[in-house]
Amino acid sequence: MVSAALDLASEAAGATLDVQGVSHRFVLHNEILPVLHDITLRAEPGSFVALLGASGCGKSTLLRLCAGLDRPRRGRLQMDGEEITRPHPSRVIMFQDPTLFPWRTVWDNAALGLEARGELRHGRGRVDEVLSLVGLDNFRRAYPHQLSGGMAQRVSLARALVNDPRLLLLDEPLGKLDSLTRLTMQGELTRLWQQRGFTVLMVTHDVEEALLMAQRVIVFSERPARIRADLRVELPYPRRRDDPELLRLRHEALGLLGLEAIW
Amino acid sequence: MSAIVSVNPAATQGIAALDDDVPRPRKLLAVAGLAWLGAAAAVLAWADTQEVARTDLLGTLAASLGGLLLLSWALGWIFPALARPGQWAPWLIVLATGLAAWETATAKLDLLPLPFFASPQAFLEVYTDDYPRLLDCLYHSVLLLAKGYLLGAAVGFVSGVALGWSTRIGYWVHPVLRLIGPLPATAWIPLAFFVFPTSASASVFLIALATWFPTTVLTWSGVASVQTAYYDVARTLGASQRFLVLKVAIPAALPHVFVGLFMGLGSSFAVLVVAEMLGVKSGLGWYLQWSQGWAAYANMYADLFIMALMCSTLITLLFRLRDHLLAWQKGMVQW
Repeated sequence: MVSAALDLASEAAGATLDVQGVSHRFVLHNEILPVLHDITLRAEPGSFVALLGASGCGKSTLLRLCAGLDRPRRGRLQMDGEEITRPHPSRVIMFQDPTLFPWRTVWDNAALGLEARGELRHGRGRVDEVLSLVGLDNFRRAYPHQLSGGMAQRVSLARALVNDPRLLLLDEPLGKLDSLTRLTMQGELTRLWQQRGFTVLMVTHDVEEALLMAQRVIVFSERPARIRADLRVELPYPRRRDDPELLRLRHEALGLLGLEAIW
Repeated sequence: MSAIVSVNPAATQGIAALDDDVPRPRKLLAVAGLAWLGAAAAVLAWADTQEVARTDLLGTLAASLGGLLLLSWALGWIFPALARPGQWAPWLIVLATGLAAWETATAKLDLLPLPFFASPQAFLEVYTDDYPRLLDCLYHSVLLLAKGYLLGAAVGFVSGVALGWSTRIGYWVHPVLRLIGPLPATAWIPLAFFVFPTSASASVFLIALATWFPTTVLTWSGVASVQTAYYDVARTLGASQRFLVLKVAIPAALPHVFVGLFMGLGSSFAVLVVAEMLGVKSGLGWYLQWSQGWAAYANMYADLFIMALMCSTLITLLFRLRDHLLAWQKGMVQW
């Protein structure tokens, strides 16, 4: 019997995500609100792609479409060549709010996916392991209201990781954390991705965060969102905030967002 | 400096309390003991004007309570836990004074008109002489209430979840609920006693109906107000419809459900008393009616007191159940 940690790492291979010509719109108060316009992008297995854009430009909508929570008006989304039509535990989404179930303990929240699919009996050890991976060993029996923002978001991460996702969809997961916790968790998320090899698609409006964590940064225009640029960040991890190449890319990205004057 | 101290006297008291390594029994506890002994002396030593029995028993009970309070005060110097009744000392003093005043105005001086104002002895006599009938009434009331309430709460919970979950069920049930629900259950009394084969089954139906409405409405609103993000999370992780109802919607709605259950319990008490006055042969509501027929006001008061204890106990039990099931919530109302 190999140790459980090795099991987890080997099972979680990254998926390919294909977004082909996706457009989407909402109807709000009898008005049509286009949010995505002809988006095409491809995330290679095990890659880390950041979607960068102003608030409300439609990045989160794209993430919901990738998760299978909504269907696009036009275009196709595929994971490993298979059409995404509904949610599936192999692609887990993590929101800006931890959205933990307040009536469940930390352990029970992390075990949610296994319980929902009736796999809890064989997966108890996995829940324990993932909780210690995110550093919450001593809080298994705590309730969400007893946790800090960073701890709650770690539980949310553990809840996702328990399912061995092959595609992790992060919707501004660090957006509501205080700046110190945020820096710590940027490092932790990057390390986890390197260890486990899943594909990551992360929505953020923090330029520096995108450049520190991702291999590719896709810059979106204002709503309806189009792809404005696809920046490659070919820097080794762990990255330094004051790396000249990163500063250059930061300048470029801010320029693409129409904010070059600030720099 | 002195200004700060005078603004916040509680803080200085707190420091003084920390300096005491053993908390002393409250002086008021001794006063309460003496007050009850005083009330006992008044009951026993002063001749009755009204014709009453049980004067000795009343005096003995009051004296025993006084003695116990003094004892707990005295032993509290050695075992601090025994002096814990000290927190109720102000209440105990007021009650002893109240008993003495009541006794004086009725049994001793006969100032208040009979039979409306019964003496403490008469009140006590009801329990010593009529307890078999009272116990029987209590048993039947609790039984009837339990049947009606549990039925109404169960149906209300299920229909509330169904209403909140399924738009098709909502389409059919919602108009019925809106039209029939707000009608007080007591308005159905004439019809219920006519339609149902026995008055007992009619009473169960009425109590269930009174419980059903608030339970349904609050359960429904609880299920309807669950954050959609909870469903998104559970669906992404592979949850079935069954899981979404049982493990997401219902637990999330539970705080609302309990509000409905409390409201239902309140209205079920009201219907219980009315139903018992009209249709049954044993029960605390029936006893009220029956004793009033005999102008036995002492019996009525004794019955009311038991009723109050019953209702209060049931509410307390429901609070306990809620505290147990909703331990994850913070800042709950204390009962």
